[in-house]
Amino acid sequence: MVKEDLVRIGLEVHCQLTKLKSKLFCNCSSDYRGKGPNTNICPVCFGMPGSLPVLNEKALKYALMIALALNAKISERMLFYRKNYFYPDMPKNFQISQYDKAGGMPLATGGRLSLDDGKIINIRRIQLEEDTGKLSYDGTIESSSTTYIDYNRAGIALIEIVTEPDMNSPKEARLFLQKLSSILEHLGLCDPNLEGAIRCDANISFGGGRRVEIKNISSFKEVERALRFEITRQRNLVSKGIEVKSETRHWDDVRRVTFSLRVKEEEEDYRYFPEPDLVPIEISNEMIQQVLSEMPELPEARKRRFMDRYGLPSQTAEVLTSRKALADLFEKSIELYPNAREIANWLASDLLAYLADTNKEIESLNVKPDHFAELVRLIDDGVISRSLAKSIFIEMVSTGKMPSEIVKGKGLEKISDQDYILQVVDKVFKENERAVKDALMNEKAINYLMGCVMKESGGKIDPNVVLQIIRQRLDQIRSVR
Amino acid sequence: MKSYILELPATEIIDKIKRQEVSAEDYIAKLFEKIEHEEPRIHSFITLTKESALIQARMIDRKIKTIKDGEKLGRLCGIGVAVKDNICTEGIRTTCGSRILENFIPPYDATVVERIKGEGGIIIGKTNMDEFGMGSTTEYSYFGPTFNPWDVSRVPGGSSGGSASAIAADEAGLALGADTGGSIRCPSSFCGTVGLKGTYGLVSRYGLISYGNSLEQIGPITKNVKDCALLFGCISGHDPRDSTSLPYPSKDYTQSLIDDVKGLRIGVVKEFFGEGTDEVVAKYVWDSIKSLEGLGASYTELSIKSLEYALPTYYIIAMSEASSNLARYDGLRYGFRAPDKNYDWNTVFSKNRRLGFGLEVKRRIILGTYALSAGYFHEYYLKAQRIRTLIRREFDQTFKKCDVLICPTMPILPFKLGEKVKDPLEMYMCDIDTVPANLTGLPAISIPCGIHHGLPIGLQIIAQIYREDLLFRVAYTFEQNCFSVNG
Ligand SMILES: [Zn+2]
Repeated sequence: MVKEDLVRIGLEVHCQLTKLKSKLFCNCSSDYRGKGPNTNICPVCFGMPGSLPVLNEKALKYALMIALALNAKISERMLFYRKNYFYPDMPKNFQISQYDKAGGMPLATGGRLSLDDGKIINIRRIQLEEDTGKLSYDGTIESSSTTYIDYNRAGIALIEIVTEPDMNSPKEARLFLQKLSSILEHLGLCDPNLEGAIRCDANISFGGGRRVEIKNISSFKEVERALRFEITRQRNLVSKGIEVKSETRHWDDVRRVTFSLRVKEEEEDYRYFPEPDLVPIEISNEMIQQVLSEMPELPEARKRRFMDRYGLPSQTAEVLTSRKALADLFEKSIELYPNAREIANWLASDLLAYLADTNKEIESLNVKPDHFAELVRLIDDGVISRSLAKSIFIEMVSTGKMPSEIVKGKGLEKISDQDYILQVVDKVFKENERAVKDALMNEKAINYLMGCVMKESGGKIDPNVVLQIIRQRLDQIRSVR
Repeated sequence: MKSYILELPATEIIDKIKRQEVSAEDYIAKLFEKIEHEEPRIHSFITLTKESALIQARMIDRKIKTIKDGEKLGRLCGIGVAVKDNICTEGIRTTCGSRILENFIPPYDATVVERIKGEGGIIIGKTNMDEFGMGSTTEYSYFGPTFNPWDVSRVPGGSSGGSASAIAADEAGLALGADTGGSIRCPSSFCGTVGLKGTYGLVSRYGLISYGNSLEQIGPITKNVKDCALLFGCISGHDPRDSTSLPYPSKDYTQSLIDDVKGLRIGVVKEFFGEGTDEVVAKYVWDSIKSLEGLGASYTELSIKSLEYALPTYYIIAMSEASSNLARYDGLRYGFRAPDKNYDWNTVFSKNRRLGFGLEVKRRIILGTYALSAGYFHEYYLKAQRIRTLIRREFDQTFKKCDVLICPTMPILPFKLGEKVKDPLEMYMCDIDTVPANLTGLPAISIPCGIHHGLPIGLQIIAQIYREDLLFRVAYTFEQNCFSVNG
């Protein structure tokens, strides 16, 4: 096992402002997914000769929200820079981005985000930039004789968040990303579920060695995997006395390995210089105040509120607020039936487990707050047992049927019917006289009777109720004697 | 081939068309006869749009005949406008004088073109230019050079040489040029036309194919000052599609044409009459200043020390911006593409650019790339920006002592073709008097101040920002009272 402080991880996260209606510098729609190749473009985002960028004011506002949510220091003056390099996915062969050196000023610097265990991850800078187009191939990069270029994505507003190398394990990196994505979701600016909406580069060094950068990791799970692989690779090198090279590696998420893209001799020369087509932007205090007044509740505050108002344990509140959809579902459900703790448990454990098992998203389920409210009400009313509720729950989330409907459809409502249970218990007692005798003497023998009752009823009865009735029956027999 | 109407100033042609003394169609037809006659001699145009121009003219004639009360005829009604070939025109190929854009047809109009069309102006063609605006002679066009109509053995100046020669040869009523370091004023001086580079940000750059974004402006090239004021009024004014466009409304600058310079304070900056200035040019300009003095103006001799650094500063900024602007010409999406296949991207880019760009363009891309590269950025680009600020400040100080500056536009007379191409540094030196206005964003106009041995000489007037009105006033007074004396 690697000693934690041997590993240092920094992340560079790119989030698309998917909720923005238009691109960063033109009026093209930001909803480019699923459109025919090169149909979502105009002279500006296609970099046509003569076209000029104009900053989307709303993108700036959204970016400010993110910076404020991450407690970053917002620059009074913001400049756009050109990052020059030749690559076919960039229509202009330069990217309009920001720069934090040589007089450049990114949107914000020096923020932080704390993980649940209290650990603080520092943020180096937050900046606004344009996305590139997308390349695709016939088959793989190596075998394809053609490269297809789709510029629909070119010019989409991206927020780049660069952290300090403060994370010491792949798990911490994943937790950071989950926390960040929940914030973005709560701000309503980025839908992390959309393909490519959040992308990540990671740099990692082992035992104080050279820094290796891993490019283009597409999901949080992959980040953890890629970093795990990289730690193992670097540890093996070090243990054999081989020096780790400072290089850029690509994460192949099919084969689950990283491979070298290029060795970094020195930093690439992007020939940054101020974008002469965009004037510097002054960010006034009033503007920041305005944005602050429009900020929705963030996960941290919501978690605290869940704990204070509904008495939820910290752990549960944390899980619920880790996804906005989940927290929203919780709040809407308890409006319908105010057993907060019970509903919270179903959402935080059972629902999340179901999603993980089935690889589904909350949004794709056919369940509404009424489903959860009703389920818990049925349990509280004693209509269904807790163990039965589990199977009803699975059916409910997979089909979207209401719990009461499921209960009725299966004739399950009988199970809490005392007479029915008594009937079964009597039948079992009659068929197992010997066991009853044992049970009167020996508490442990009750279990056998229990088993018989459960078997007889097809496991649909709440075992607690059964136990209670068996005891009552045994007491009656004792008292008769 | 002479046609009286074509020799008239644009304002008079427009009036005649509006009054139905001549139909727009007849005028445009005559204009194309003239063009067909002149082109083999001077080569002002890269692309002509005769058919669409005639259709436009017929539509305008119909509108004039059926016009209802309250409906307005545009300010440029029926006039033929030649547009420099680095300004985008929807459906008309726009080459920048380069092989790499030989077949590029923009899907949109530049804002200035939209505005000209909106005022009833008719686009007659796209004029020749130094490739991507890089040059002061129009010899660096992929489509071959333009020749000076005054003497076809000489250059017309550049880079808007095609627009200036078209005006000088009566091939167009009005023309648009673009000026990065003097590209409107230089050919205006060499061809005897009036050319204005306005305050940076007054004319939208949307649709202007960038060379040096922070320096360049589209502007008019015309036969006289009134035409210039008219066209400038039509194309200037805020444009939300250009972030650097100033929030300044468009104005009718013909209101500024006042024949009076009494009390005007002229500054004569000695650095503008430096070492390379031809004695003849200096004499004509001084005579002009004296003539204005005779009309009630006064002059003071001044010095702007930082001008010593203006040229290198200008070239570093222009080339740096150009190296980035021209990166998009890689032959992948539009324009010239070398026929070979199955290479990696870098090879494809390199080949397309090697064959697509001319010598001067490559020279400036390489110099600009060098100036921006890590390790040199501070030494060159950042230093140039600092000097630029210094020059701006010194101009601000200077304008506390005077209203306008007057100096030569070009330090020399139009020279022979091929004379300076051999020595690019010598060619860069010719821009010494024009680049300061681009570095500072100040408006500057070039007007003819005399003719020496059959060659025109240009006079440059520079004012503070937004003071185009003053430029027009001085230029108009000079034109009305002084030119014939010198000529
Ligand atoms: Zn667009």
